[in-house]
Amino acid sequence: MENKVKVYEVLKKYTMVLVLFIVVILFTVNTGGKMLLPQNVNNLIAQNAYVFILATGMLFCILTGGNIDLSVGSVVCFVGAIGGTLMITMGVNPYLSMVAMLVVGALVGAMQGFWIAYVRIPPFIVTLAGMLVFRGLSNTVLKGMTLSPIPDSFLRLFNTYVPDFFGMEGFNLTCFLVGILVCLIYVATTLMGYRRKKQKGYRVDSLKSIVAKMVLICAVVIFFMFKLAQYKGIPNALIWVAVIIAIYSYISSKTTIGRYFYAVGGNEKATRLSGIDTNKIFFLAYLNMGILAAVAGMVTVARLNSANPTAGNSYEMDAIGACFIGGASAYGGTGTVPGVIVGATLMGVLNLGMSIMGVDQNLQKVVKGIVLVAAVIFDVVSKRKSFIVKQ
Amino acid sequence: MAKILLEMKNITKTFPGVKALDNVNLEVEQGEIHALVGENGAGKSTLMNVLSGIHPYGSYTGDIIYEDEICKFNKISDSEEKGIVIIHQELALVPYMTIAENMYLGNELGSKMSIDWDETYKAADGYLKTVGLKEPADTLIKDIGVGKQQLVEIAKALAKKAKLLILDEPTASLNEDDSQALLDLLLKFKAEGMTSIIISHKLNEIAYVADKITILRDGSTIETLDKNTDEITEDRIIKGMVGRELVDRFPKRPHTKSQEAALSVENWNVYHPLYSERKVVDNVSFHVNKGEVIGICGLMGAGRTELAMSIFGKSYGVNISGTLKIQGEKVKLNHVKDAIKHKLAYVTEDRKGNGLILSNPIKTNTTLAKMEAVSKRMIIDKDKEYLVADEYRKKLNTKCPTVNQNVENLSGGNQQKVLLAKWMFAEPEILILDEPTRGIDVGAKYEIYCIINELVAEGKSIIMVSSELPEVLGMSDRIYIMNEGRMVGELSAHEATQEKIMASILKSDKGV
Repeated sequence: MENKVKVYEVLKKYTMVLVLFIVVILFTVNTGGKMLLPQNVNNLIAQNAYVFILATGMLFCILTGGNIDLSVGSVVCFVGAIGGTLMITMGVNPYLSMVAMLVVGALVGAMQGFWIAYVRIPPFIVTLAGMLVFRGLSNTVLKGMTLSPIPDSFLRLFNTYVPDFFGMEGFNLTCFLVGILVCLIYVATTLMGYRRKKQKGYRVDSLKSIVAKMVLICAVVIFFMFKLAQYKGIPNALIWVAVIIAIYSYISSKTTIGRYFYAVGGNEKATRLSGIDTNKIFFLAYLNMGILAAVAGMVTVARLNSANPTAGNSYEMDAIGACFIGGASAYGGTGTVPGVIVGATLMGVLNLGMSIMGVDQNLQKVVKGIVLVAAVIFDVVSKRKSFIVKQ
Repeated sequence: MAKILLEMKNITKTFPGVKALDNVNLEVEQGEIHALVGENGAGKSTLMNVLSGIHPYGSYTGDIIYEDEICKFNKISDSEEKGIVIIHQELALVPYMTIAENMYLGNELGSKMSIDWDETYKAADGYLKTVGLKEPADTLIKDIGVGKQQLVEIAKALAKKAKLLILDEPTASLNEDDSQALLDLLLKFKAEGMTSIIISHKLNEIAYVADKITILRDGSTIETLDKNTDEITEDRIIKGMVGRELVDRFPKRPHTKSQEAALSVENWNVYHPLYSERKVVDNVSFHVNKGEVIGICGLMGAGRTELAMSIFGKSYGVNISGTLKIQGEKVKLNHVKDAIKHKLAYVTEDRKGNGLILSNPIKTNTTLAKMEAVSKRMIIDKDKEYLVADEYRKKLNTKCPTVNQNVENLSGGNQQKVLLAKWMFAEPEILILDEPTRGIDVGAKYEIYCIINELVAEGKSIIMVSSELPEVLGMSDRIYIMNEGRMVGELSAHEATQEKIMASILKSDKGV
């Protein structure tokens, strides 16, 4: 009985991980194994880097109380338009242009954040306006045209691969070794943490469950890196994504400021009466979203090798979807960065798998929509006893 | 013997993991006021939910016999059809609708496609007159006070042709005057033949109106007291509720107060944040010494909470003026952070709305106001956080499996303890406790009083804002009385009585 409850709890906690595994297996079978070809694994990262980046920022907005940012797609495009104009039309140094793009993103975020946090205009309205304004401005900046090509030194930062130091034929040993190194570091820190807690007499999870989780994560990481090694190695985009995820994962789970986002979303009044400046938290959520939208803008410009006025269309929906699939609450206050990673990966896998299978574009949208609503329904229903709310 | 209107026989109701009701029996006679008492979680509300069909037939065992027939209610409208109407503790009125619209919500007059508004307003006015409400039926709910809203709820029940009225904590949010009016209304209805069941924590009110009292404890019926045959006193009821004699409802403490003022307020004025010409706190002065408990009492809307919050880093009101001294030093607290820094804590009256983050675990709630203490350079030491929260769990005897538990799953008393833990962890010297025992049961109240005594024994000062006069009288060293934003009296513990307090409130009313 006790064990049954435990298994159920674990299943509930890791449902989306399980769903992800099942979806991957289904696609692998249906595509005759094409899904897991090294190049496709690589594409999963390259094509979806923007989702990971935007969803991370979106999570913090959603945490503050289910507030979404509808403008990110347009901001991605706008930042790209500014960057493209600077680099191509004006010939500004790409690195300087990147700084400019970040500054533009931050200014956009700060402006929207100011209205939302200090003037208390509903986020939905502010960012809906932002969505229109920045889409329009992108067109104006680009005069409705596509600017290309983007200088090589810029593309290199996002589109190329980490060089191999060993030069083995057909297998990027560096990539594989990095995978093993990451696993070793992960295992070491987990075990050290476990021992430290044990020594100090803190409560610890059972060693069995820790090891099981460790084995699973390491297996996934090594498999993933092995696939990448068979292709061209570590794509630079993966490094961007990994660094951003690592930073924000740490902020959300370990720092006081991260805690404030959860507190504000859970009960803003109580948070304010605990001596926390809640306006600032809202402001930071949107400021940060602007900055991350700028980063996503760079990734997008690099991937398209152009700045064009339709880039970033409906990116906001991908980001919002990833957050909700990843278990963020639509009312705020709950959600984790690892959850969002799973959500974003699931979205990516669906995109990729259906593209390989040649599923019609329109049907793809239907499937994604159903997955999104199913995930949220599951999340909401699993938290209570009955399916239909009793009146 | 009068006719039995309702009989609930051997009702047993289980929720996953808990037996909420265990063979409960309840007999209500026609035309009586029957009180249902018990600690929180004793099963009173569950029993009434079974009766009204919120827990449908089949989800419990046992029989409900109403007007000599066995009833099988599947939803609330089934029981309402029979004239059983329940008025819940949380008022269920829509603020931007008129009184009449609210009264006939879900029960509209006229046809489905065309509501007969003329008839609605006419009928509503009639019922409002019965409950003694002078407001016209087209007044918006948001424009009338809580006391009147409660009367609207009763009028709404009458409009449903209620024969058996169930009131769940009807006076919980009312002041003494409104409560009294409500109880008298119940007595008036009784004289007209209405049967009522009243659930309440306020034993003096029960002793006043009830003909019979059924006591529940841990999901079982303990006993039914009859006004005619048993002697009904508060102590007698408490004994039944807690299963032991509470000799002292308020724990004793040695005299700890010193003559040194910990906090003093002089000529404090606060204006309403929306209607800035309205003075909410009017030229108030008071002080609290080290190791002293002062009580601030008064009616609802006297400005007590507003006073407390305006002191606590100006979290309420505008154009605040006056002098605030902490430990003899003049200070200006512009933000809550300043207040915490000056070792002031405010434990809110509204623990769900303003105090706790319900969706977060106990541990994060405990550390929220002083996260610096469990973090280094903004990085939280989660193990330390757990230990701290666990220490307070033990210290305050909070009943929960672990401090990882979300606060929303705790009972009111335990939530209050978490809220207290949160502010105790902020290491204040002066604690403002706003209604520290509202809505929690007798046992938990006693524990909270003990915590208060421990705090003053450590030399801390307590400002207790409370609407429950016995509590103020039992716990305070000194009592301030507030009315309409002004301090209208100050009494020492040994000279204060309920009568004297009420007298100074009434006298000040006349003075206006």
